[in-house]
Amino acid sequence: MTANSQNLPRKQLSLRQQDRRTAWLLVLPALAVILGVTLWPIIYTFILSFFQAPTGINQVRTFVGLGNYLEMVKDPTFWETIGRTMYFTVASVGVEMILGMAVALLIHSHPWGWKFLRFSLIIPWAMPTIVNGAMWRWIYSADFGALNGLLSQLGLIKHYIPWLSLPNLAMPLVILADVWHMMPFVALILQAALATLPVELDEAAAVDGANAFQRFLKITLPLLRPAILVALIARTVDAFRVFDIVYVLTNGGPANKTLTITFLTYLNSFPWGKQGIGASLSFLISIFTISMALLFIRFLYRPEENQ
Amino acid sequence: MKTRKLLRKLPLFLLTLPVLFFIYFPILWLFSASLSNQVDLFALPMHWIPLHPTLKNYLDIIFPSLASNSVPRTFAVALLNSLKIASAVTIISLVIGSMAAYALARIPFKYSRGILLGIIATRMIPEVSLILPLFIIASSLQLINKPIILIVTYMSFALPFAIWMMVAFFQTVPVELEDAARIDGCSRLGILFRVVIPISVPGLVSTAMFIFLLAWDEFFYALIFTSTLASKTAPVALSEFVGRYAININGMMAGGILAALPPVILALAFQRYIVKGMTSGAVKG
Repeated sequence: MTANSQNLPRKQLSLRQQDRRTAWLLVLPALAVILGVTLWPIIYTFILSFFQAPTGINQVRTFVGLGNYLEMVKDPTFWETIGRTMYFTVASVGVEMILGMAVALLIHSHPWGWKFLRFSLIIPWAMPTIVNGAMWRWIYSADFGALNGLLSQLGLIKHYIPWLSLPNLAMPLVILADVWHMMPFVALILQAALATLPVELDEAAAVDGANAFQRFLKITLPLLRPAILVALIARTVDAFRVFDIVYVLTNGGPANKTLTITFLTYLNSFPWGKQGIGASLSFLISIFTISMALLFIRFLYRPEENQ
Repeated sequence: MKTRKLLRKLPLFLLTLPVLFFIYFPILWLFSASLSNQVDLFALPMHWIPLHPTLKNYLDIIFPSLASNSVPRTFAVALLNSLKIASAVTIISLVIGSMAAYALARIPFKYSRGILLGIIATRMIPEVSLILPLFIIASSLQLINKPIILIVTYMSFALPFAIWMMVAFFQTVPVELEDAARIDGCSRLGILFRVVIPISVPGLVSTAMFIFLLAWDEFFYALIFTSTLASKTAPVALSEFVGRYAININGMMAGGILAALPPVILALAFQRYIVKGMTSGAVKG
């Protein structure tokens, strides 16, 4: 490229121009679609957030300035919802990371049937979220649920318990269903990363007398850092926007105990018909997720020299 | 030596049992319920294995004309809708996405990195926060309850995803191959279709699988945009029956299993691609 491009400046240039034109031609359809279904809706949402109106077309819109945002932050439900979303995110991602790491290490130690275990992990992960939610709803069912059946047959409970109606248990049970669904994702990523680690370091440390726990803490864990970050950030972004499983399992109840931020946005936008509040919440969520996404990209697309 | 190995292996093996129990207990219960009749399912104390196992719940869905109530009929239509929509989304996003991905991965041009990062960032935005404008536009164009509105809106997550994954695959195609074709007088598009696409088939296949899974799984847009029996997708149909006790629950369980089968079978069949896709950022949720 260097020597030739100086000898043949005109041809090289025209080739590059041609390239550039082809590039735009190839990118344009995708850009048009993303502009239409993502960027334009974000801008439109931002505009809608300054108006008060019932949800729908051809409704009379009243300009209220920052009124929707003020109403939103004055409502204690909003702050409770943010707290609850944090609770769901931290707890579900925390449990998924720890259990996922444990299962990954278990697979990596190659017990009998480890290939079957790895194979089995794919099933919950591939299960559609709504099927997962429906399944757990019937497991938790107060009258015929498998959880009540199991616990009572083991003699642990005397009477059937209406699990999802208990205010303090509802969220942990939603988290359990999410852990069943997504822990395998973490386990599969970490197990794949473990399989690529060099064994020499670990063996050398073992010869030097380091015990298994020390080796895990000082050698395996630092080497796994990139894979852990990928799993952690991916799960966090995803858990923050939890909607489907809440919709099927609890519908936000009992007494708002499982109401998360995306669910509150949905309720305002549609069942309650408060378009302005819904738009304000939507816009906040977009800004927040884009910032999280940029964080994600920084870790994933770090320049080579930093790796 | 042998006993020592056994002593080491046995506890590890025993540790796998609770994990396997955790994974399979819900699935097996779902399966067992789908094979029960209504009376057995509601009997107390509960039976783990159906007393009178029956395939009726499945047959009702597969042959909806014979079914006596509306649940299986709805499911048959919904499963077909899901299949059509997920297939269309997969094909369209794969074509448009691969074109863009090739340009972004291989042709140096102004703003290419900014465009790529921007596209990736949009993938994280939840559907909930795009829905109001999309709903207003869809209503004014009278696209509610039409499959096309789901196909178009699903692009908001399917397309960035396709671009993201295909960029990663195209970057692994050796530049020398492209240079050789170029010297032979091949144009950029010629290189893309005759050199790059043919050797990226594994990448295309695994990307297609992930997009199909994502589109099949999608719930929120379908919930907002479909309200008629004829237009609902499988997740929406399932979610509507979940809250109603009186309705045929075992039929729903069979519906749940049938809705889970296509993605689970696909994922198991393409097992070796999955982890690679996951680590390149393919997040399904």
